[in-house]
Amino acid sequence: MHKESELRPPLILGDKTWHDITEDVCRPVESKANKWWWLAFSVSSAALLWWIISVSYTLGTGLGVWGLNKTVGWAWDITNFVWWVGIGHAGTLISAILLLFRQKWRLSINRSAEAMTIFAVICAATFIVSHMGRPWVGYWPLPLANQFGSLWVNFNSPLVWDVFAISTYFSVSLVFWYTGLIPDFAVIRDRAKTKMSKRIYTILSFGWVGSAKNWQRFEEVSLVLAGLSTPLVLSVHSVVSMDFATSVIPGWHTTIFPPYFVAGAIFSGFAMVQTLLIIVRKVLNLEDYITIYHIDMMNRIILITGSIVGVAYITEFFIAWYSGVEYEQYAFINRATGPYWWAYWSMMTCNVITPQLFWSSKLRENVFATFIISIFVNVGMWFERFVIIVTSLHRDYIPSSWAMYHPTWVEAGIYIGSIGLFFTCFLIFARVFPVIAMSELKTIIKSSSEGEKKKAAKHSNKSESHA
Amino acid sequence: MSASPKKFVYGIFNDDEVVLNAIGSLRKKGLKVKDVISPFPIHGLDNELGLDRTRISICAFLYGMTGMSLALLMIWYMNIFDWPMDIGGKPSYAFYKNLPAFIPVTFESTVLCAAHGMVITFLLRSKLLPGVEPNVIHPRMADDHFVMAIQIKDDSEIANVEAQLKSAGAVEFINK
Repeated sequence: MHKESELRPPLILGDKTWHDITEDVCRPVESKANKWWWLAFSVSSAALLWWIISVSYTLGTGLGVWGLNKTVGWAWDITNFVWWVGIGHAGTLISAILLLFRQKWRLSINRSAEAMTIFAVICAATFIVSHMGRPWVGYWPLPLANQFGSLWVNFNSPLVWDVFAISTYFSVSLVFWYTGLIPDFAVIRDRAKTKMSKRIYTILSFGWVGSAKNWQRFEEVSLVLAGLSTPLVLSVHSVVSMDFATSVIPGWHTTIFPPYFVAGAIFSGFAMVQTLLIIVRKVLNLEDYITIYHIDMMNRIILITGSIVGVAYITEFFIAWYSGVEYEQYAFINRATGPYWWAYWSMMTCNVITPQLFWSSKLRENVFATFIISIFVNVGMWFERFVIIVTSLHRDYIPSSWAMYHPTWVEAGIYIGSIGLFFTCFLIFARVFPVIAMSELKTIIKSSSEGEKKKAAKHSNKSESHA
Repeated sequence: MSASPKKFVYGIFNDDEVVLNAIGSLRKKGLKVKDVISPFPIHGLDNELGLDRTRISICAFLYGMTGMSLALLMIWYMNIFDWPMDIGGKPSYAFYKNLPAFIPVTFESTVLCAAHGMVITFLLRSKLLPGVEPNVIHPRMADDHFVMAIQIKDDSEIANVEAQLKSAGAVEFINK
């Protein structure tokens, strides 16, 4: 069996057995929700209701109910779309890239981070649908035979690439997530007390039995899916960035965009994972599994990706000056000093300065500080997309077309409502799905739990004294 | 005359290392160890049981190649053959000249087909589908217990097999 140094901090606190993991993870599924859950659920479903009203109003009346104008044709819709897709990236990074790098600390957080990915991409997709204005023709970007003179989609267009990238990303993430859930549903199935829950979890677990062949295939499937998801996740936000980068708008037309967007996506995604998990570990009593060490590791990733994003901002500015292109230079000076200066400086403060606080290990290991900084990063990354989209558009080529963008209550409703949609989905997930990948976590208990490490330490001390 | 259904004695273990070490020693004594059901994957179990390496990743590669070919064929037909577009004075008359712009969709299609094809193959090969009734031998076999299946010819062997299993570390026995 794999042995691990006692100096490495334990990934599971306390003297846990396999059965303890089962009990701790199944408890939220098998018990009734407390009043905090109901409170959170009521608030998020109220926001979801506002979302339904706003989207229905938009689709019924038309995009004129938004604050868009001739100059600023993309604003909150695409800002929110990019923000949500970016948030989704952390889940895939944790479950796929950290699997390839054999980072064991991913095991207590991958399930909920992947759930976050799924729900975030759903939220992103709702903005694609609502910004079309006419979703009943939403099949137009698909390469389908049609009656318009056989007019196919243009495969040179990044918007078509995006259709393929997002739909592949969503469906592959969903399948990756569900494959991992099958053995854990089987655990709940075998413990189910009522006929109804037995029936439901039998269906959900697809009749799983952990035979040697099934596990062998399961592990191979997980590994290959991780290998496929790793380039996939990097391609998705690269393609999203090309929606901008292949255009001729100053401020968008930048070759640095793909890596800069990917780093930003991972940065904001980890911030959202922190925001969610700090609440989840407390409310569901999972502090022995999602430990301070896990929070510290995620904060390190926030620090690294935040620094990459900071360097990207400065590089963009430098290249605008160095290119000698007047339009490019104006676009960047206007970002920092024009009418949207407050958005630019909010972005700079939240994304460049606050993550640098994580050089201090005291702050990295402080749950409250982490929570606050994660909120700052979420806000900052939203402003980043707003700055890129709105400030680049609002100064058109002809000064007579210059305009400002003012959101309406409908756009606010769709944005706040999408957060409601996200949290409603996540809260339901936390009650009916195992929030920790039990069967995977059980494999590391002998090497990485606090109890086993103590036993091993005692044992080695004894053998030393004998010698 | 049809063959009688296979009979098994199941030894229940409570430790992964014990069950892993028991396979070899029990086989040496002539017991037919057919399978081990565990709540989590045990490293080296497939080697110990003598299972063949799974070929599912080869399937994934083939599905991926299929996805790539289909995407290239589709793009060639739609944008080059059937309806070449002239955008900004840059007509798409030659496939190879436009190829760089076609890479993203080709890549996504490769991943899409490889991932879904592999998972569908996995589910069908392992007979995992909604509605399949599982054969639950021990109520805690997905929780923290390990089930070793030993094939027997007839009931007269049960006592001997159980004694062997006990000496190998099994804590409970089930036969059906």
